[in-house]
Amino acid sequence: MTLADLSSNLLYVAFLAYLIATFVFGGAVKGNKEGSFKSEGRWGKIAFIITVIGFLSHLGYFFTRWGATGHAPLSNMFEFTTAFGMTLVGGFIVIYLIYKTPVLGMIVLPVALLIIAYASMFPSEVSPLIPALQTNWLAIHVSTVVIAEGILAISAGAGLVYLLKVVDMNKKSKQRFWLEAIMYSLVLVIGFVIASTFFTLTDYQADFNYIDKDGNEASIGYNMPPLVGMNEYTSLTEDAMDPFFETPAVINAGKVTTILWSFIFGTILYWLIRLIARKRIAAIFKPFLKNVNLQLMDEINYRSVIIGFPLFTLGGLIFAMIWAQIAWSRFWGWDPKEVWALITWLFYAAYLHLRLGKGWQGEKSAWLAVIGFAIIMFNLIAVNLIIAGLHSYA
Amino acid sequence: MEKLQCTCGHINPPGTILCESCGRSLTKEEQNKKLVDMRYEGTARRSQTYNKSIIDKIWNFFSSVKVGVGIIVVLLVAAAIGTILPQAQYVNVPVRNEATIKAYYADVYGEIGKLYHFLGFHDLYGSIWFIVLVGMLAISLIVASLDRFVPLYRSLKNQRVLRHKSFMNKQRIYAEGAAPEDTLQKAEQKLKELKYNVTLDKNGLLAEKGRFSRWGPYVNHIGLIIFLFGVMLRMIPGFYVDETLWIREGETRAIPEAPGYFLESEKFTFETYTGEGEEEKFGEAIERVGSVAKNYQTDVVLYQTPEQSLPGATDEMERVKEEGIQVNQPLKFDGYAVYQMDFKLNELRAMTFDLTNKASDESLGTFTVDLVKPEKSYDLGNGAKVDLLGYYPDFSGFENGEPKTATPVPNNPGFLVRMFTPETPEGEVSFIVIQNTIEPLGENQYKLTFQGAETRNVSGLTIRKDKTLPILGLGGLIFMIGVAQGMYFNHRRFWIQQQDNGVVLLAGHTNKNWFGLKKDLDQVSEFASLPPYTDQQEEIEKLEKLKKEQRMEGDEVS
Ligand code: HEM
Repeated sequence: MTLADLSSNLLYVAFLAYLIATFVFGGAVKGNKEGSFKSEGRWGKIAFIITVIGFLSHLGYFFTRWGATGHAPLSNMFEFTTAFGMTLVGGFIVIYLIYKTPVLGMIVLPVALLIIAYASMFPSEVSPLIPALQTNWLAIHVSTVVIAEGILAISAGAGLVYLLKVVDMNKKSKQRFWLEAIMYSLVLVIGFVIASTFFTLTDYQADFNYIDKDGNEASIGYNMPPLVGMNEYTSLTEDAMDPFFETPAVINAGKVTTILWSFIFGTILYWLIRLIARKRIAAIFKPFLKNVNLQLMDEINYRSVIIGFPLFTLGGLIFAMIWAQIAWSRFWGWDPKEVWALITWLFYAAYLHLRLGKGWQGEKSAWLAVIGFAIIMFNLIAVNLIIAGLHSYA
Repeated sequence: MEKLQCTCGHINPPGTILCESCGRSLTKEEQNKKLVDMRYEGTARRSQTYNKSIIDKIWNFFSSVKVGVGIIVVLLVAAAIGTILPQAQYVNVPVRNEATIKAYYADVYGEIGKLYHFLGFHDLYGSIWFIVLVGMLAISLIVASLDRFVPLYRSLKNQRVLRHKSFMNKQRIYAEGAAPEDTLQKAEQKLKELKYNVTLDKNGLLAEKGRFSRWGPYVNHIGLIIFLFGVMLRMIPGFYVDETLWIREGETRAIPEAPGYFLESEKFTFETYTGEGEEEKFGEAIERVGSVAKNYQTDVVLYQTPEQSLPGATDEMERVKEEGIQVNQPLKFDGYAVYQMDFKLNELRAMTFDLTNKASDESLGTFTVDLVKPEKSYDLGNGAKVDLLGYYPDFSGFENGEPKTATPVPNNPGFLVRMFTPETPEGEVSFIVIQNTIEPLGENQYKLTFQGAETRNVSGLTIRKDKTLPILGLGGLIFMIGVAQGMYFNHRRFWIQQQDNGVVLLAGHTNKNWFGLKKDLDQVSEFASLPPYTDQQEEIEKLEKLKKEQRMEGDEVS
C-alpha cells in the first residue's frame, strides 16, 4: 500500500467513525428520557470516543497525504473541503471537552459528513502545485482559515440546535419556513452527492461542441445527462440526451446541469423523508432536544465566534494580504475570493456589534450564526465553482 | 445644559447618569430601575446629552452602533454585488478604454451587463460612493470610539472606593448581611492573592482586575483607522510605485521610477511538470488537466549607476546582484520589489533572408535583420545590396496605400525593401511579411526568401514600492492586540463596605464572563466569611419566567 492509498483509507475510516458516532450521540440524547445526565453522559462518552478515533484517523489522512504529495494538502477543492470537515470535528471535540454536549455532536457530525462527502465528489488525485502556490504561505494561510472556519461553523451548529429547539414547528411562521429551508439545503448536498455518484457509477459521458463567449469554438464533456445545453451546442455523442434549452455563452451549462440534477435528487429525497416521517425535517429533531440547555447553546455560539473571528482575521485577511503582496505584488486585488473573505469578516463584525451593542442574544444570535455559516459555504462552493477568479481551485 | 449636583455634593458634567463620586442615580428613570446600567459606568456621553445643533446631530448619527452596523451591512452587500460579474480590471479587451469596456459588458452579458455597467458596478471598489461608504465607516469608528472612550476613561481613572448604597444594591451581584470583624482584612488578603488591585478607604474596599480590557474595542478600532489611513496615503504620489517593465532576454533596461537602477534579463524560463521521475505521482492529475505550470523565472542582474554620475549614463554601472525572480520570490532592493508577473515566449528577434533569382534559384547571399535595431542597408558583396526602405514591426495592413504598424513590438514584421543586383542596378521594390510578398511596382526578377528566425523570451515584470506597508502592518497588529485585549480578558470589580452596625455590603461587576467573576467571589466569600450573594439579574429573569408561565396557564384556563 502506498502512502497515498493509506491516506485515502484513513479518510474512509474517519467517515465511518463519524457516521457511527452520529447515531450513538443521537441515541445518547434520545435515551435520556427524564433528563438525567448520567445516561446521556455514558453513551455520550462512547460516542465521543468514536468521534476522537475518527478525528485521529482524519488527522492521519491529512499528514500521510502531506507526506505523499510533498506539500500541505490544502491546494485544491477536495483537499480544502476535507480539511474543513476535519477542523469542524476538531472544534466540536474542544467544545465537548469543555461543555459536555452530546446534542451538539448529533448536529455537527452529520454536517461534517456532508462536507466530506461533498469534497469527495471532486478529483482527489494528488496534484502538483502551480508556481503561485509554491510557498509556505499556502500552509500558513489556508490552515489558519480552515481552522477559523471550522470553529465558526461550530457556532452555527450551536445556533442550529438553539433554533431547532425554540422554533415552533406546528405554527406557520417565517422562522419555521427558514429553519426548514436550512434543512432542505442540507438535503440538497446529499442530492448532489447522490447525483454525482450515480452518474459516475453508470459512467455517463456526453460531449458537445459550442461557441464560447469570445466567439471561439470549444468543447465540453458532461458527466450527467445534459438538461441544459451550451451556447449553440452540437452534440458529439450519439444517443446523448437532447438538452431542453440553451444557455447564453457566459453561463456554463455543464455546471447548471449538475446543480439541476442535485436539486432533482435532493428534492425527491426531501419529500421521501417528509412522507416517511410525516412531518417537517426540523420537527423530526424535536424529541431529541428536550434537555437542551438554551443558555449553554447561546454561550457556545458566542464563544466560537470570539475564537473564530480573530483567527479568521489573521488567516483570511492578514496572512492572505501578506501572501498576496509576495505572490501578486499587491496585498489586495478585489478578486472574488478576497471580496468574499472580506464579506465574511464584515458579517461577523456586525454579529459582534449587534450582540455587544444591541443585546442581540439567544435566537437572534443563533440566526446570525447560521447565516455566517451560509456565507462561508457560499464562499467555498459558489465562489469556487461559479465566480471563478485567481483563487479558483476547480 | 447645566451641571448636575448630586446629594453628596459632587458636581457632575451634564448628562451624567450615575454620580461620578458616590454612584447615586441622578435621573428619575435610572432611580426607578432595578439594576443600574454599567456599560459606560453611567457617564455622560456626548451623544446621549446634546441633540440641538447640526453638529450634535451628525455626532449622534455616527456614534450610534445601529448606524455603524448599518454601514457595515451596506458595504458588505455592495461588495457582494461587485462579484456578480467580473470587475473591469479583470476584463480582457484588446484595446482598453471606456467605450470598449462598456461594449464588452453589453456584448458578453447582454441586458444585465448593460445595467451593471450603467450602475457603475463594473468598477465598484474604485467608485466614489464605495469610497464614501468606507470613509463613513472610518468616521463612525472615530466618533463612536471617542464618544465612549473619553468619559469612560475619566470615570475609571477617578474611581472612589466608597459608593452609595443605592449604587451597590443595584449591581447584578449583591450581598448584604452580618460578617465578622476581620472580614475586610481577610477579603483584602484573598483578593490580592487572586491578583486584584485593592484600594482601601475608611470602612470600604475596592478590588479591581483587568481594567485594560475595557480599552480593547478602542484599541482595535484605532488599529482599523490606522489601516484605513495607510490605504488613503497610497493615493498620494510618492508613497506608492506600480510600474510594468517588459524586458527581453539579453536586454538591459532602466527600472522605471527607480532612478539609477538598471536590470538585465539573462534568461526567461518556463517549465511545466513532466509527470516523470519524482513527479510520477502527479501523472494522473497532469493527464486530466493537460499541463500544469511549474516555474516562471527570469534570471536577472541588477545594476546601479554611482551617485555622482550623470543621469542616464550607463557606462559606469556597478553590478549589485544577480538573482532568479520567481513567483513568490520577488527581487528586492532599496525598498523596491520586482515581481515575475507575465511573459511572452519566442518573440522574434532577428530574421534571415536569402536574395535569390526567381528564374534560376541562384542565391546572391544572405543577410540578417535585427528586428530591434534594423540597419538601413545590407551589402551582400558582388554588387548585390538590399536597402530597407521601411520597417513595420507589427504590420496591420495598408492605409491609403501606406503600410501601418499596430505596435512597436515585432509580432508580425513587415519590410519594404529595394533589392539591387548587377542585373537590376535600378533596384526592385518588394514588400515582405511572413509568408507573403507583394511586388507593388510590377513583376520582379529577384526575391527575398525567408531562411530562418531567431527568437527570445520576454518577461513581464512589475516594479513596486509601497511605503504604506509598515503603516498597514502596524494597523493590523494593533487591531489584533485590541481584539485579544477586549475579548480574552475582562474587567472585574468588587466593592465591599463594612457598616457601623456590623453589616457588610458587597457588590460585584464585570463587563463579561460573570461565571469567572462568581468563581473568584466564591473563593473570597469562603475565606473572609462574607454574606451570601445573589445574582439579581437571574432573580429577575426567573421572576419573569414564572410570571409568563402563570399567564400562559391563565390563558389555558380561560
Ligand atoms: C469593520 C469594522 C469594525 C470592526 C472589525 C470592529 C470590531 C469590533 C470588535 C471586535 C469589538 C468588540 C471588542 C470587544 O468585545 O472587546 C467592537 C466593539 C465595538 N465597536 Fe466596533 N468594529 C468595527 C466598526 C465599528 C463601527 C463602524 C462602530 C460605530 C458605531 C463601532 C462601534 C463599536 C462599539 C460601540 C463597540 C462596543 C464597545 C463596548 O462594548 O462598549 N465599531 N468592534
